[in-house]
Amino acid sequence: MLELQNVSYRVSDTDGEREILHDVSLTIEERFVAITGPNGGGKSTLAKIIAGIYQPTEGRILLDGVDITHASITERAKLGISYAFQQPVRFKGLTVRDLISLAAGRDLSMNEACAYLSEVGLCARDYINREVNASLSGGELKRIEIAMIIARGTKLSVFDEPEAGIDLWSFGSLITVFEKLHETVNGSILIISHQERILNIADKIVVIAGGVLQAVGSREEILPGLLGQSGACPVLKQKM
Amino acid sequence: MNDIQKNLLKQVTELHEVPTGAYNIRANGESAGRRTTANIDIVTKTDKPGIDIIIKPGTKNESVHIPVLLSESGLKELIYNDFYIGEDADVTIVAGCGIHNGGDADAEHSGIHRFVLGKGAKVHYVEKHYGEGDGNGQRLMNPTTVIEQAEDSHMELDTTQIKGVDSTKRVTTARLAAGASLVIREKLMTHGKQYAETDFTVDMDGEDCSANVISRSVARDESHQIFRSAINGNNRCAGHTECDAIIMDKATVVAIPEITANHIDASLIHEAAIGKIAGEQLIKLMTLGLTEAEAEAQIVNGFLK
Repeated sequence: MLELQNVSYRVSDTDGEREILHDVSLTIEERFVAITGPNGGGKSTLAKIIAGIYQPTEGRILLDGVDITHASITERAKLGISYAFQQPVRFKGLTVRDLISLAAGRDLSMNEACAYLSEVGLCARDYINREVNASLSGGELKRIEIAMIIARGTKLSVFDEPEAGIDLWSFGSLITVFEKLHETVNGSILIISHQERILNIADKIVVIAGGVLQAVGSREEILPGLLGQSGACPVLKQKM
Repeated sequence: MNDIQKNLLKQVTELHEVPTGAYNIRANGESAGRRTTANIDIVTKTDKPGIDIIIKPGTKNESVHIPVLLSESGLKELIYNDFYIGEDADVTIVAGCGIHNGGDADAEHSGIHRFVLGKGAKVHYVEKHYGEGDGNGQRLMNPTTVIEQAEDSHMELDTTQIKGVDSTKRVTTARLAAGASLVIREKLMTHGKQYAETDFTVDMDGEDCSANVISRSVARDESHQIFRSAINGNNRCAGHTECDAIIMDKATVVAIPEITANHIDASLIHEAAIGKIAGEQLIKLMTLGLTEAEAEAQIVNGFLK
């Protein structure tokens, strides 16, 4: 179980000090939790705070009751947190097999590595020895990123907009991957998404906007409200 | 061979004992073993130090190993090795130099290798440079490679220098006839105060010949690298040169790619990139449970693999 207690995150830049997240308290113990909300609302920042890439300016983070607020990225990874980047990183020279082996924490046999790739709908034979470089498309990189998280098999997996930047063709099968993950996962999945089909399989939905937790509840409680305002501009709404 | 020399041999050829096929092992300036085959002859030069390696036309799937081992401090040598590869032969040539310098005097090996490829000949040339030893003497290597390719010949040159060479200046020139192709892959890592200079010049003279020169290097500590690659398209041809370097610590790298088109149908590309390891690469591997140092090692090893 992951607990965020009164987490705030401020940054200083040329415009002075800005608060990206304000007093966020949240508990994640369900199998599948979706975070949604407008762009720039603080969702990705929250994911990075959970992974340890950013340190909160205030508040505490607990994993199974242990305070990990000041734990490093590596320590959190070892404690059981996985984090799939919104924009996967390319590596010259490292192959798909290298990365999946690093994720699994041991040298994988051809068959084992292939099994993870098959999970995300990639034909392993075509990919296993390819370099994770610019020759792979955005959709392929996304799937490899997800395969790495599956290979880690940790108790908390955080996915930052897995659907962002992939083509419509890949999207359908990506949703299938998450539907399957929902069925088979041993721990919790925390997924940042705008996609109705993803929200539809969530046990809990969290809405973040303007750095503040707007709503937390079950799919039945939250989803109708979200869909009702889809496409609506709040300024226009007020004028009407 | 003593244990030090055996280890040097292993480092530069990845062999534990004497190789199969033809070979010539040079240790501390003297011949430490030679074997010829029905198709591959090795002859000691009479006018200057070095050997001629003569490969008969049509020789297939044979290999020649010519490692050079230096374990004596203060030894300096300049060797001329000429390779004559007959028409339609297809061979692998493994060269390499290992220096163990445990003394205070410099040890230096300079080799001038000339390859003359007959029509349709194929050569895979693998060269590895390695230095070790805890003496104060420098370990110096200055290889020169001269390549002359006849029509439709193909040469691949893999050159690796990962460890222990204090100063190196590598000069490679190639001249390609019609339909010939050349691929050069350089891998280089320098550390400490090492200095490495690479200079490739390829003249693409014949119609439809091609050249691809790729260098990947890592410069650490206070080391300094200079990479120069000049490709001249003198006919209808395709040329590509790429230099990719990671800099770390206080190292410095200069990349000077140069392409010259002397013909309207010459198609030439150069790419050069120098930069430190991207922060997001380190973070990604740390989210898999690696420490920052482990992540850095994985990235560097993968880059030079």
